[in-house]
Amino acid sequence: MKTIFKSIFLFAIGVTFLVSCGPDTSKKSNKGAISGNAAEKVYVAPGEHDSHYAFLSGGFSGQLAVYGLPSGRLFRVIPVFSQDPEKGYGYNEETKPMLMTSHGFIPWGDSHHPDISQTNGTVDGRWVFINENNTPRIARISLETFETEEIIEIPNSAGNHSSSFVTENSEYVVAGTRFAVPFPQRDMPINELKGNFSGALSFLKIDQETGHMNIAFQIKMPGFNYDLSHPGRGKSHGWFFFSTYNTEEANSLLEVNASQNDKDFIAAINWKKIEEYVANGGGKKVPAKYAHNLWNDNAHTATSVIEKEVLVVEPKDVPGAIYFLPTAKSPHGCDVDPTGEYIIGNGKLAAAMTVHSFTKMEKAIADKAFDGDAYGIPIIKFEAVNYGVLNQPGLGPLHTEFDTRGNAYTTFFISSEVVKWNVKDLKVIDRHPVYYSVGHLMIPGGNSRTPDDKYLVAMNKITKDRYLPTGPEVCQSAQLFDISGEKLELLLDFPTIGEPHYAAGIAADKIAPKSKKIYRLEENSHPYAVKHEGETKVVRKGNEVHIYMSMIRSHFSPDNIEGVRVGDKVFFHVTNLEQDYDVPHGIAMIGAKTSEMLIMPGRTATMIWEPKQVGVWPFYCTDFCSALHQEMQGYIRVSAKGSNTPLTFTLDGDIPGTDEE
Amino acid sequence: MKLKFLTILVLLVIMSSCGDKAKQEVAKEPQKQEVAKTKELEKIDPMKDKGVGPIKSITLGEIDNALAEKGKGIFKAKCTACHKINKRFVGPALKGVTKKQTPEWIMNMILNPEVMVVENAKARELLMEFSAPMANQNLTEDEARAVLEYFRTKN
Repeated sequence: MKTIFKSIFLFAIGVTFLVSCGPDTSKKSNKGAISGNAAEKVYVAPGEHDSHYAFLSGGFSGQLAVYGLPSGRLFRVIPVFSQDPEKGYGYNEETKPMLMTSHGFIPWGDSHHPDISQTNGTVDGRWVFINENNTPRIARISLETFETEEIIEIPNSAGNHSSSFVTENSEYVVAGTRFAVPFPQRDMPINELKGNFSGALSFLKIDQETGHMNIAFQIKMPGFNYDLSHPGRGKSHGWFFFSTYNTEEANSLLEVNASQNDKDFIAAINWKKIEEYVANGGGKKVPAKYAHNLWNDNAHTATSVIEKEVLVVEPKDVPGAIYFLPTAKSPHGCDVDPTGEYIIGNGKLAAAMTVHSFTKMEKAIADKAFDGDAYGIPIIKFEAVNYGVLNQPGLGPLHTEFDTRGNAYTTFFISSEVVKWNVKDLKVIDRHPVYYSVGHLMIPGGNSRTPDDKYLVAMNKITKDRYLPTGPEVCQSAQLFDISGEKLELLLDFPTIGEPHYAAGIAADKIAPKSKKIYRLEENSHPYAVKHEGETKVVRKGNEVHIYMSMIRSHFSPDNIEGVRVGDKVFFHVTNLEQDYDVPHGIAMIGAKTSEMLIMPGRTATMIWEPKQVGVWPFYCTDFCSALHQEMQGYIRVSAKGSNTPLTFTLDGDIPGTDEE
Repeated sequence: MKLKFLTILVLLVIMSSCGDKAKQEVAKEPQKQEVAKTKELEKIDPMKDKGVGPIKSITLGEIDNALAEKGKGIFKAKCTACHKINKRFVGPALKGVTKKQTPEWIMNMILNPEVMVVENAKARELLMEFSAPMANQNLTEDEARAVLEYFRTKN
């Protein structure tokens, strides 16, 4: 077995070499990409808008990047799981709670799979969800504000990878476990993993009004690695499918030891059945510890709560709800076509793609066409569930998306290509090289019944010679294809942030018209907000100094503050009084051990400054706000500890608000 | 091959710059508009100048004190960061403003300041004098009307 593995490995390396060292091939294709009217197809004239939004995972940046298609222009990086000093996210007092976990404050995360909420099997543009792999979490981002509104930690899980995919009415967003762990965590020998670890699959219920998430139940599955997942849709709505690897339950050198079995499984979960079981009092509440962080857009503040228990469901207690479908070999992507009939296992180490049939699965279950079980979960006979296999389509299949014309598009990591094939006929129609080592691909609306199948974005792990070099670290990239014709047409390369694991796309008109422009001052319920300049003031409480400050083009109020002493803890509570679109102001204080704050119109944010030296210290606006931006500054006088300099605050010599008339 | 691409690009640029749509785009650029219009701006009698914006005609009756009181609250919340009644601040003092400008001009300046400073001679003159551009605080027409009523009590 080992020898076979070795030769496959060597072959793979050989192919990689061939692909990456073949300058002729790449040059030829390079020209081919622009030989037609590709430039015209991606040209969005100055002032014109793109037709689609694309949300690309920032991978190890922890964030989510927003691009336009077809231009590939980057509009915004939404901070999600990592601090962002540019925006003050995770630095100012209001957003710090968003990064709280059961392990305390964590400044970084590894974001993976964005997925847009759906109604009736169509992406609806309300929210985008994204998972964090390292410290398992799921985030929900508002597509009105393009800000992270909620982050929930997933207990009893590790390597939160087969996440965060939504069902076709956004009933649930799921979070699976890629690294089996003791459930609950306990002190035990690592080499006793087999039979003793578990892989929790969590179903988070989504409130349709608010979007708020809560963990409805966790299924305590055998300790395999649950790699990726997708929901059933249409006829298979009510089911969820998860790919698994390391069904060997190896605990070391997984690259060899987890690749022994010729087939692993796709786990088919009838969540409707489990939902019903739970509704009837099934499952057991067990102690757990996980953070639930929620942003409030009126208070402009997040709160973090530690939850204490979670409802656990044992597979054996819900017979008929969970089955294993044998799938070749260490499948990575687990994809469901728009009709819900075909479930595709992208066996990354296999020479063939496994296509299962939902109709056959239902029949096999009715006929009890089982081939034993794994930890009590029935294994359906391969022949009884399998629709067919696509032989030798390429090397290292990872992920598949679909169009509405019955075609599938699969990425091949090792042979660096996207292959178009017909699902019913199991026949390859076209293939196109990508540069290089493609991971995920995305068709807008790809995880839904109604893909918007004009564009395909391939996300590549390696770019090597595709861009001007920038030292040893070079960007990863996206490549845009036109898939409206018979052949794949490469239109555009564009660089991405971090690692673009996966992406979600949607027609712009589903989001753009409702994009929020300002926060209404009337609705601002932040306890330190000022509603007009007359409310600005400075208040001392012991060694705490609270500055209630306002900003408007182009001054702060107050802008002269005296009576602060070394050893004080100075709170800047700053409200942007602007009520006009695209007029944020920033503020930075010399010596403050935090980032700037970038404050949107009508919003309040807080930062802390602990002055260490006497003197007169300036603060200023960091975001060019008007022709008088350079003038937008102020001073704070810091006196020695114990000094009796009186506390004063003024604007143009007056206490703010004393001369409104 | 490269040449072909270049040719296509050049053609594209030429084609798009000849289209009517492209002309509109250029016209939208405020700087160019400013340059083009600078000479055209004519000073007119301020008490006949209605300005540029949604307010075409206002008929004033007796002062409505309740409306003025409402306007005072809105003025305090949205305007006092830059305007005082009796004192020049970031912007001009507003005492007697309804004697100097028409009600339509005042409301248009509140509701449509970005266009006013470009297209109205008086508004531009004020921008030159005060440097800070009048901020659009997104008042509704009703709110601007209430602020106008408040100004009428400050003559």
